[in-house]
Amino acid sequence: MTTVAPAPSPTARPAPRAAGAGLTGTLSLLRLAARRDRVLVPVSAFGLAAFAALSAQATFALFPDLRSAQESMAPTLANPALVAMYGPISSLGIDSIATFKSVLLGGVFLALLAYVVVRRHTRTEEEAGRLELLGAGVVGRRATLAAAVLLGTAAVLLTVVLTVGWSIGVGLDPAGSVALGVCWLVIGLSWVGVTAVAAQLTSSTRGTAGWSLGALAVAFLVRAVGDTAAADSPARFLSWLSPLGWGVKVSAFGENRYWVAALGIALYAVLVAVAFSLLERRDLGAGVLPSRAGHDRSRIGTAGALTRRLARGTFVGWLVAYVVLGVVLGSIAGSVETFIDSPEVADMLRALGGEAGSVTDLYFSTELHFAAIGASALSIALVTRMYTEETTTRAEAVLATPVRRVAWALGHVAVAVVASALVLLVSATVAGLVHGADAGDVGGTVTRLAGAALSTLPAVWVALAVALLLYGALPRFTGLAWAALIVFLLLGEFGDLLDLPGWLVDLSPFTHLPALPGGTLTWMPLVALTAFAVAVGAAGLAALRRRDFG
Amino acid sequence: MTSAIQVQGLHKSFGRTVALDGLDLEVTTGEIHGFLGPNGAGKSTTLRILLGLLRSDGGDATLLGGDPWREVEALHRRLAYVPGDVALWPNLTGGEAIDVLARLRGGVDEKRRASMIERFDLDPTKKGRSYSKGNRQKVALVAALSSDVELLLLDEPTSGLDPLMEAVFREVVHEFREAGGTVLLSSHILSEVEQVCDRVSIIREGRNVESGTLTQLRRLSRTTVRATLAHPVGAAQVESLPGVADVTVSGDHVACTVGSDYLGRLLELLGAHGITALTSAPPTLEELFMEQYRRASAVAP
Ligand SMILES: Nc1ncnc2c1ncn2[C@@H]1O[C@H](COP(=O)(O)OP(=O)(O)OP(=O)(O)O)[C@@H](O)[C@H]1O
Ligand SMILES: [Mg+2]
Repeated sequence: MTTVAPAPSPTARPAPRAAGAGLTGTLSLLRLAARRDRVLVPVSAFGLAAFAALSAQATFALFPDLRSAQESMAPTLANPALVAMYGPISSLGIDSIATFKSVLLGGVFLALLAYVVVRRHTRTEEEAGRLELLGAGVVGRRATLAAAVLLGTAAVLLTVVLTVGWSIGVGLDPAGSVALGVCWLVIGLSWVGVTAVAAQLTSSTRGTAGWSLGALAVAFLVRAVGDTAAADSPARFLSWLSPLGWGVKVSAFGENRYWVAALGIALYAVLVAVAFSLLERRDLGAGVLPSRAGHDRSRIGTAGALTRRLARGTFVGWLVAYVVLGVVLGSIAGSVETFIDSPEVADMLRALGGEAGSVTDLYFSTELHFAAIGASALSIALVTRMYTEETTTRAEAVLATPVRRVAWALGHVAVAVVASALVLLVSATVAGLVHGADAGDVGGTVTRLAGAALSTLPAVWVALAVALLLYGALPRFTGLAWAALIVFLLLGEFGDLLDLPGWLVDLSPFTHLPALPGGTLTWMPLVALTAFAVAVGAAGLAALRRRDFG
Repeated sequence: MTSAIQVQGLHKSFGRTVALDGLDLEVTTGEIHGFLGPNGAGKSTTLRILLGLLRSDGGDATLLGGDPWREVEALHRRLAYVPGDVALWPNLTGGEAIDVLARLRGGVDEKRRASMIERFDLDPTKKGRSYSKGNRQKVALVAALSSDVELLLLDEPTSGLDPLMEAVFREVVHEFREAGGTVLLSSHILSEVEQVCDRVSIIREGRNVESGTLTQLRRLSRTTVRATLAHPVGAAQVESLPGVADVTVSGDHVACTVGSDYLGRLLELLGAHGITALTSAPPTLEELFMEQYRRASAVAP
């Protein structure tokens, strides 16, 4: 970076009650922010704690006599497919098995919570122009960032404390429970820091999302590669380069390495300091990375083309991520078979996921269903852009031209449908190419995996249609589409474990998908899901057509 | 004369808030019509109904001879809209946004586009997020003026423009009218209204308070008259005149207010007493509007 003139002293700025550090008003902002998040933060913290504690409790109920897993289970749990997803099992103790799925996944959810909180109170606020109002009042220059970081930190701490307490409460080993807390603390605090920096780097909410969530995806993949590498491979070290890897390295209910907390806290401190120093170097509303000049002409002439243009950045980001995902899935697949050669283990894997076919097929069908949930997230993100466009009044400008509301909405739906199908298809094709080259049947593998990816689309469409219905009928609750998707994910992941009633689990469209590749393809559920999605989507469009806009 | 916009008894509520309560509005083809009223009076709501964004709860609205809710496609080809707080796509440049909006409307008039960009002194290569408030406003104005339309719906279009650009805006709107266009201009800037509008409508709490030309509106208001007389006049004598009020007499000084129609009678009386000095101040626009904004309904003098 070039030398920068000494940061302007915060007191040099007009601040009615000049406090030395530019932190004047932090507390009132914090109170305001906490008020705005008084539902989001406690509910999320409670939900995450419940997620860890209740799924552990359910496992205890499932294996009442089991104090530790049989040796035969070790290979299953060391299976790279599972390790890539959930991290390596920390020990063969029942506590480790009971928390196997929730440690890393919960950490990722906590990172998302930290990201949402910090972004909401920095970039989103600033973009909406509200910060200028605040900035002109009795609020120091650093107060907003300070308040956002404090609230994010508080959210992480609250979640950690609740989780440790509840975990001990349901009978998990206390020392291990504290280590679980340390794991989540490391991950959560890291993303408070990452998001604080991301919010300074770019000048838009979407840019902040890209940096912070992109970092999360990279961190996840880096540790997936590190965790699944052979014991003697230098690649194992990769896990130490990712804050998510650190979380795994805490080895809750195994070695309980509390000292890893120091890594997380150090990273948090460094990132927050970097964020504050970046804040000094930029103007309100701008980012540190300059926004470049562009073309002065455009050939876009239809609302659909405009929608595609606006979705381009998001789509390309997801496409890159899904290509990488395909490579990772395809390269791990080869070792799945060698890890699992006993029939009991295969049965166990079946219980965790699919139903029939070879173990590799099971592996692919499980992972593709996850990938489909990810693609649903993309389609929700693209469809709910309509809400952002509407609330920012940009949509109004478009709808004041001869573009019909429904046509405009259909353009968004089309973009979401095509984008989610493409990323899935590309990911499956890449996985097929990589694995097919290993297995010596490129054409066949690609076709089977691509077909399997396509078979998940009806569930993606249901998620999309739910988002469309919310937007059309209850625009203020558009965000609930995300809650619905998380519920679908949790029902699929934990429905069996928690012994939830069948009808409840069946609420998730993803439970109705055929287990492809390997399983039998039954058309009925797919047709039914598609018809349901079309009906729900049409209801959403009809509501949108009738309601007040803006 | 035909009407570009005809609104009768329009009603619109948002939950318990009544935004429009039987609004009437008529805009004649070829005029620049000022649309005034205090904050929350319902101006933006009216425009958004005319754009088919909101659905009215009752009453009639006709826009260019069509139904604004049903005939969105046909009507929007013939009009352009500029809001008071323009939001641009952060990743598109101003030039791109201008092209997109003008093309969606049916095509870019290259000559006008180039001349508007020049006159408004706009840099079209900047990304949407890096424009200042006034420059965002200019982007929307250029976009609206770069296609061939008959009607402009403008909702405080000059908020944030500097005085130089405001002058450009006035010129441009005049030219648009000269070329046969119609403009509905909602504004809080009275000098702007005074300079560009042929007629104005004042609304308050969702209802029409007054409409007409500025001269007509002025006549509804009272003129202040101060005179020094050679032969003092009795206060009662002045007060007895029709249309005269607020009379104060001290020595040879007299001051009062008078409705425009009764000014002649007052001067006659004062003349008979030998005027040595006289000032008469017609109401300023500010006074005029203050009075209208405060009044619940129009009261003729
Ligand atoms: N979407 C909405 N939801 C609820 N109330 C609304 C909505 N839009 C407008 N209102 C209310 O309707 C009334 C009229 O608002 P409107 O925006 O039309 O006023 P305006 O005349 O444009 O005011 P200003 O001069 O401040 O722009 C106000 O009381 C406002 O609060
Ligand atoms: Mg308004």
